[in-house]
Amino acid sequence: MQQLHLVTSEQLKTDIPEFKAGDTVKVHVRVIEGEKERIQIFQGIVIERSGEGVNASFKVRKVSAGIGVERVFPLHSPRVAKIEPIRIGKVRRAKLFYLSKLSGKAARIKEKTTR
Amino acid sequence: MSFALGKKLGMTRFFDESGNHVPVTLVEVGPCWITQIKTVPNDGYNAIQIGYQKTKEKSLNKPRLGHLKKSGTEPVRHLKEFRIDDLGDHKQGDVLGADRFEAGQSLTITGYSKGRGFAGVFKRYGFHGPNASHGSHEVKRHGGAIGAHTDPGKVWKGQKMAGHMGNARVTVKNLSVMKVIPEHNLVLIKGAVPGARNSLLEIVLSQR
Repeated sequence: MQQLHLVTSEQLKTDIPEFKAGDTVKVHVRVIEGEKERIQIFQGIVIERSGEGVNASFKVRKVSAGIGVERVFPLHSPRVAKIEPIRIGKVRRAKLFYLSKLSGKAARIKEKTTR
Repeated sequence: MSFALGKKLGMTRFFDESGNHVPVTLVEVGPCWITQIKTVPNDGYNAIQIGYQKTKEKSLNKPRLGHLKKSGTEPVRHLKEFRIDDLGDHKQGDVLGADRFEAGQSLTITGYSKGRGFAGVFKRYGFHGPNASHGSHEVKRHGGAIGAHTDPGKVWKGQKMAGHMGNARVTVKNLSVMKVIPEHNLVLIKGAVPGARNSLLEIVLSQR
């Protein structure tokens, strides 16, 4: 276990901001197209955080042109350049899978005003 | 040729330079001590015997201790012989570690698979089983017929049936080394290796 930690600890990012399910985040994703590399932004609501250590991941849902898109990002992946929390949501669940069934006004999440 | 004994420590994920995540197995390779060198004039064949996993002297029997004393090595739990044609410059008492391997190399790893006990044909051979409906009753995870009638009047050898599964010697070839940490004798190997955590592995550099 100690030795596993030794290998994984150097891959962990230290600059991950605090965010949880219900928050709206901007995920800066490195996209490699042939030789070039550029940053693509995926903005949506975090509906799940799971895993520990180097295996940690989070799922972001957004509605793009009327179609729901859910994407899982490994938290410590070098492909995830930056995570930018932009809105703190007020939710009572750790996993917001119920959002996938809802659309329009029903799929809104209230903003948490006091910390 | 490089060879060693090691221990499976567990699996995790590893991000490579391009950001892909690769499932890897962490293996402790060595330190192994060369306990005996067998030569054609002496033993009829060329081989190197290595020992792995330092242990207490009291947990070994006297013949084993005497053998290790002769080679002047530490008391070790496991001894294993690797047959090689060219003995090279190996000497008795030498220590072999993870630094004999490097990233990008291809390995052949042998271990003992996890024991599954007495397993049915579903688990052991992946049989699909009988119908769950259409009037089927009293059979659920059965293997079906095991042969014909009077001719041949017996069950063919090798017929797949329930029985002991696992805890068998398994060799996996072409496992590539992702990373070597020589100071801790650790090697990261892409993919899975046979056996449970902390089980003994024989690690040999693939030929060609």
